[in-house]
Amino acid sequence: MSTGTQLWMGASSHQFFQSKRRYRQRQLTNQLMLSLTGLFMFLAVIPLFWIIGYVILKGGQYINLSFFTHLPTPLGVVGGGVLNAIEGTVVLTVLASLFAVPPGILAAYYVAFRPNSVLGTIVRFGTDVLSGVPSIIVGLFIYALVVKSQGHFSALAGAIALAILMLPIIVRTTEEMIKLVPNSLREGALALGSPEWKTALSVTLPAAAQGIVTGILLGIARASGETAPLLFTALGNDNYDIGNIIRSGIATHQGVFTILGSIIGQPVDSLPLTLWKYAQQPYPERINQAWAAALVLIIVVLLINILARVWVQIQTHRMQGK
Amino acid sequence: MEEHAPSLRNRPPTPRWLARLRLILRYGDRPWNALTISMAGLIILVVVSIGVLLWINSGQARSAFGLGFLQPTGNASWNPVKGIFQAWPFIYGTLITSFVALVLSVPISIGVAVFLAELCPNWLRLPLGWLFELLAAIPSVVYGLWGIFVFLPVIVTPLGSFLASTLGDVPVLGVFFKGPIPDSGASLLAASSVLTIMITPTIASISRDVFLAIPRTQREASLALGATRWETISKVLIPYGLSGILGAVILGLGRALGETMAVTMVVGNSIGGTLSLMRPGYTMSSIIANEFAEAVSALHSSALIEIGMVLFIITLLLNILARLLVWRVGHRVPQEVHE
Repeated sequence: MSTGTQLWMGASSHQFFQSKRRYRQRQLTNQLMLSLTGLFMFLAVIPLFWIIGYVILKGGQYINLSFFTHLPTPLGVVGGGVLNAIEGTVVLTVLASLFAVPPGILAAYYVAFRPNSVLGTIVRFGTDVLSGVPSIIVGLFIYALVVKSQGHFSALAGAIALAILMLPIIVRTTEEMIKLVPNSLREGALALGSPEWKTALSVTLPAAAQGIVTGILLGIARASGETAPLLFTALGNDNYDIGNIIRSGIATHQGVFTILGSIIGQPVDSLPLTLWKYAQQPYPERINQAWAAALVLIIVVLLINILARVWVQIQTHRMQGK
Repeated sequence: MEEHAPSLRNRPPTPRWLARLRLILRYGDRPWNALTISMAGLIILVVVSIGVLLWINSGQARSAFGLGFLQPTGNASWNPVKGIFQAWPFIYGTLITSFVALVLSVPISIGVAVFLAELCPNWLRLPLGWLFELLAAIPSVVYGLWGIFVFLPVIVTPLGSFLASTLGDVPVLGVFFKGPIPDSGASLLAASSVLTIMITPTIASISRDVFLAIPRTQREASLALGATRWETISKVLIPYGLSGILGAVILGLGRALGETMAVTMVVGNSIGGTLSLMRPGYTMSSIIANEFAEAVSALHSSALIEIGMVLFIITLLLNILARLLVWRVGHRVPQEVHE
């Protein structure tokens, strides 16, 4: 029998005061715990401002134009930049998107329309597993699959590793977005006699395009910040410069495909990879450049994330408005 | 125009391939289905072949060391030159850092999720949620860089020496706090703290979504019965959303186990042979990151791949566990239809 019922049935004064004390205690616990959650919130946000603030402060001091336009200089020589890493990051990310986007969208299309079939269930589970696989394991896998059989490290191997990491993000977002497309649209197209594939390509997927792009952007943001899968796939390359490769290719009358092949066929650096290497060196100028690399990386990753989210917000508002 | 148009009689017969192409375009659903099915199958293929390739490539180490490779030992040796490999220090490092990170992170994350979903004013909810997702998006090397030069000297070293001096001599627990912590702060404790910061946004933002998905009626009923807000949260909402919160925690654990770069940069990378959190250590992912590219022998790289395989199996099992848990708890909790 609870305190409230006892009071109602005519409680003794002792019980009355006891229940009053109990009530005050509950109030106190309530206020204590609620303010504790606020404190936790505050605690958890501190690192974000601390990291971003510090990186902007430190990286801002050491960033300059030659950071973007020059190859690394040998140790001890002042100046130099990380052009190789910037170009490498772009090559890796573009290639990885090319590898990950078409299969991701098609697989998501399958899963979205047959979620309860045997294959659909397995694929959704597989996507979950894949998004949980540590990125360094993906690196090992691509080493065994591509690097070992090719016999050398390459941008191609790195890009495949990144593509595997992007795949689950793209599949998940695309699946959610395809499910949001009103069924009547699809039924309308099918009723007009359009075959399934045409309906998919010209009705369903375009209607979900905004969301799919968001998923791709988030995938790119993840891929461009990854280091672990590149350690033994893309490896790193201090002399990588696309401009040089193209110029020397033209000078020796190579075909377009040979040049493209040598762009993706050799080891490349990426910004996170360079950051990792530089951060462990005892030379202050290298560490300063690591901070500058961190600044560029954070700006790119956060900008992509913010853009993608703002876009989603605008789209949702528009959908709700209509 | 008209003179160019061929009359029906003179028109050459349609080539067979063109007719076929037209047929495929009109009734192209079979190729389309085959395409989507094969792309869906590709995902399964990738997951399966990760397992298979790791198994094949670790064969040399498996046949050389057997299960002894993974056994807990006090003085494990990792000697690439002599070709003697035991993985226990790395397994211990991974398990202890993830465990400590989880213990520290779960209360904070649930607090944050409760604050975001239940308490904070509407106008603040979206920006704060975004801040958290940005925190999750920062690349792990940046965490590592900040960890080495800022977080370790400012927080971890003082905290570590404090813990070592107060708890280091306690009879049983003292084993985990025995100092001294290195001046740089690089230790298992450092890895645990950085991991805590990294997995909190993951657990918090999924738990927040879980809270937001709980129907209003649950809160209103509890409040109407006279419960305080905290009682509503702890006795109604948390049990109701337990499955989702568990899923979030397991996802966070998965992230902690596999996290490589930040941990490698702050963990100290040494096989200390002690259990203490205050001493430098090693984790499974960081030994792979540090040594695989420069493995001295086939046996060495095969041993590293076996460590990777163990890590893969652990994350695989965790994922299956998460699914089963969500499924079981999801069946126990009464489901309501909600928008």
